[in-house]
Amino acid sequence: MSLAPAPQDTLFPDADPSAYTVRTESFEGPLDLLLYLIRKNEVDIYNIPIAAITRQYLEYLELMKELNLDIAGEFLVMASTLVQIKSRMLLPAPEVEEAEEVEEDPRAELVKRLLEYQRYREAADQLAECELLGREVFARKFAPPELDGLKPEETPPEVELFELIEAFRALLAKVPEASFHEVGAEGMTIADRINEVLDLIRGKESVTFERLFTAPLTREYVIVTFLAILELCKLKMVRLLQANSFGVIWIAPMLLEGEAAEEELHDRFSS
Amino acid sequence: MTASALKSIVESLFFISDAPLTLERLCAILEEYDKSSVEAAVARLREEYAEAGRGICLSEVAGGYQLRSHPENADYIRRLIRGKTFKFSRSALETLAVIAYRQPITRAEVEYLRGVDSGGVVKTLLEKKMIRILGKKDIPGKPLIYGTTRDFLEAFSLKDLASLPTLKDIQELAGAFADAEQAVLPLEEPAGEE
Repeated sequence: MSLAPAPQDTLFPDADPSAYTVRTESFEGPLDLLLYLIRKNEVDIYNIPIAAITRQYLEYLELMKELNLDIAGEFLVMASTLVQIKSRMLLPAPEVEEAEEVEEDPRAELVKRLLEYQRYREAADQLAECELLGREVFARKFAPPELDGLKPEETPPEVELFELIEAFRALLAKVPEASFHEVGAEGMTIADRINEVLDLIRGKESVTFERLFTAPLTREYVIVTFLAILELCKLKMVRLLQANSFGVIWIAPMLLEGEAAEEELHDRFSS
Repeated sequence: MTASALKSIVESLFFISDAPLTLERLCAILEEYDKSSVEAAVARLREEYAEAGRGICLSEVAGGYQLRSHPENADYIRRLIRGKTFKFSRSALETLAVIAYRQPITRAEVEYLRGVDSGGVVKTLLEKKMIRILGKKDIPGKPLIYGTTRDFLEAFSLKDLASLPTLKDIQELAGAFADAEQAVLPLEEPAGEE
């Protein structure tokens, strides 16, 4: 949301361009704006003249309002923090008996945050200078077709939950949007689907995740199947495998504990 | 077999692989060779690419090695692929930097450091596989904690997390500010609150 740097002389014909420069890219946040003001005014960060900086800060918010930029709530929070710091500085320091108890500068916390933020901003600049893959350097991206969807190797890593949900989301997106609403029992239970899934993978080394979702795809079907797979995982009757991230997810039966689990399954869903 | 034959095999492997190959992986594939000769072949290959002024480098990224185009030729490659280059916004870079240096870190901690809501950026970075969920922090609310991925190292041509540029010292940063002499603020009005 940045304002295009319009030529100054056409917009404000009588304005002195150096008198009121509006930074055209929007600020990342209140800390960014404060750092900008501190640098612009060339003040010592450990001795920020709060009143003046606050005034400029508020003027800037006003300007953003005039330009119809959305002012995020964080900017307002920072404004009230600045005012609070100023009022604390105006209050006389409480008289402390022990001299070693030094009253902390009300600005200290803010200064710490500003410096910390500045650190990461510079780190971000340095990251931007790295040779970015796909910008400065390029590598071959395509996998030779016969390697695509390769069978998992001997010890493929287990699938992360986030990736499983990603796969589920991709499947749900394939479900055609129903144009009418029909109320009625689908008559499909998770237990049914579990048995179907088990039938499908029985005796096989593994099948792909997609193979379990054969047409006709409905939301219920996809969801019930997904829950069935999760249940099977929980019961340790199947294993989910993936050779590489973004790769095909494979479902493999786990034979050893199968019988004990099947009994539990029976108990849970027999009622 | 000779060293040059091994070097040729290694080169072929790098050529076909679409992700960085680690030394371990190479050694597992080349089981009939000992580790030191595989290492030597990789090193020799790297040198040869660097010396001969080729358009390809064997770069050390994300714990492995990968054949990549020479950075100087980026302009021409961009012409070839027409505008489909990778770009990060300021906020994405800032968020990535915070997460990279402070991982494992929660979203709330990122937001405190940046001073702005970072939910959207974190989501985008997750989708782009630059960061991942490492788990949950054992504090009230059990917030998710995030860290960077291998893809992040690959994208930024980093060997490992240790080769991130070192963070500047707070003192050093404060010094840069202090250099600017305390000037009288133009906006300070005489009828002052000071």
